[in-house]
Amino acid sequence: MTIISLAGVTKTFDSGYTALRDVNLDVAPERFVALVGPSGCGKSTTLSLISGLDRPTSGAITVRGKPVGGITDGVGFLFQRDALLPWKTVRDNVLLPLQLRGVGGEEARSRVAEWIGRVGLRGFEQSFPYQLSGGMRKRVALAQTLVYNPEILLMDEPFAALDVQTRNLMEAELLTLWQGSRKTVIFVTHDLEEAIALADEVVVMTAGPGRVKARYDVTLPRPRDIEQVRFDPRFTELYSQMWNDLRDEVLESYARANAAG
Amino acid sequence: MRERTQPANRWLVLAMQVALIAAALLAWEFGVRAGKIDPFFFSAPSQIGVTIGGWWQHGYILRDVYVTMEETLFGLLLGGGIGIVLAVLLASNRWLGAIFVPFLVLFNSIPRVTLVPLFILWFGFTLWSKVVSAVVLVLFVVFFATYDGIKDVDPTLVANVRVMGAKRLDVMRHVLIPSALTWIFSSLRSAVGFSLIGAVVAEYFGAQAGVGYRIQYSEAQLNTSGVFGGLFILMVLVFIINLFLQRLQRRLLVWKPVDP
Repeated sequence: MTIISLAGVTKTFDSGYTALRDVNLDVAPERFVALVGPSGCGKSTTLSLISGLDRPTSGAITVRGKPVGGITDGVGFLFQRDALLPWKTVRDNVLLPLQLRGVGGEEARSRVAEWIGRVGLRGFEQSFPYQLSGGMRKRVALAQTLVYNPEILLMDEPFAALDVQTRNLMEAELLTLWQGSRKTVIFVTHDLEEAIALADEVVVMTAGPGRVKARYDVTLPRPRDIEQVRFDPRFTELYSQMWNDLRDEVLESYARANAAG
Repeated sequence: MRERTQPANRWLVLAMQVALIAAALLAWEFGVRAGKIDPFFFSAPSQIGVTIGGWWQHGYILRDVYVTMEETLFGLLLGGGIGIVLAVLLASNRWLGAIFVPFLVLFNSIPRVTLVPLFILWFGFTLWSKVVSAVVLVLFVVFFATYDGIKDVDPTLVANVRVMGAKRLDVMRHVLIPSALTWIFSSLRSAVGFSLIGAVVAEYFGAQAGVGYRIQYSEAQLNTSGVFGGLFILMVLVFIINLFLQRLQRRLLVWKPVDP
């Protein structure tokens, strides 16, 4: 079973930069897949293509067996940058996707209240984004994405800008929310530890143009304690295996950046 | 981050400002009385006061202010409306934008004041020659603010609402227009200022009433007290309008952090 499939996908931007070259990737439903690689390896581009925000130069992308054209249905996207509408309150931000889907009245109200509660922001309904901390804004973004119950979650380094403590908290919360939700997650990060701690499967990509270099199953048991799991011997073992793969790519991309700079 | 220093005491600042104005007016007045300043060219605060008092008794002031404000308001609404509609059209359509924006930049570079006599010629000494003069100033201020507001919108915001299911019109309503509105509100004060300038200048060129007319009329009679009196009224008018707009802006932009 696959829910998302990329076959021979290449993406070259107008600037002439090739972000992805001949990428093949199949994702099974309800899996938590982490995409790791050095910066500029096309991880974010992969998410844009799956969501339908951008089109591949060549190759085929299918979601639930249907080729992607226009925005993909049932997809939630968590961006690295703040994407909340600054002129809407927390409540109105979370309400927006329901509004766009024509869900209104009592149902919309109760779902919004439920999700604001689930991400721990009760009492902040009337706040504007600028009045919240970075971690709180991420929670709102999470509620905004989950409130319309998308089957697929695309996450583009969503916690990269947070401090380490907040980040660990958010990771733990994400796992709690995801557990039993039957959602498929593709989580882009450059942090190998984060990838292993969260995912069922880690895909290592090459330095740009990105290709799939290796895939690893993370067999650590669930539910996981985000803090404790890092001390599990299997975690360390996986980490050193993947780091071997990743290191070459990071060095490669680093060397190239230096040569270019 | 800007370092925050203790803000100066509001009332103390106000008191010093009042004192400064009083000192300047007194120096002016006594300069005239001591024969150091020629009142024919420079008038004197007391004479200006007498002139304004006379206007008040004749009922000129309320009528002039009413006429000027009417022109300013029409100019603002019409110019602002056209500017916003034009900006939304040109910013949301690549072709229209590429074709028409350079023309707007070109028109904007014309010194608009020189067109006023033309408008008087076309529309006569009516309300409309004043309104059109205000419109050609306001339109561009509002157009460029709105256009930049729509163009500068964070692409992440657009991507986010699109993934959530927004269609073209939804993106317009929830992202592009609110983003542009913040720019429009920020440009409101200069737009009102320009509208007033347009109206006053057009009155100056030919009118039967209005603050600009009052100034021009006094000038024609070599009545410097009248010129200064008209300018004083204009100054008070702009001051009150700005106070009001400041309040309005704060209310409309509640979602923005307050500038330190």
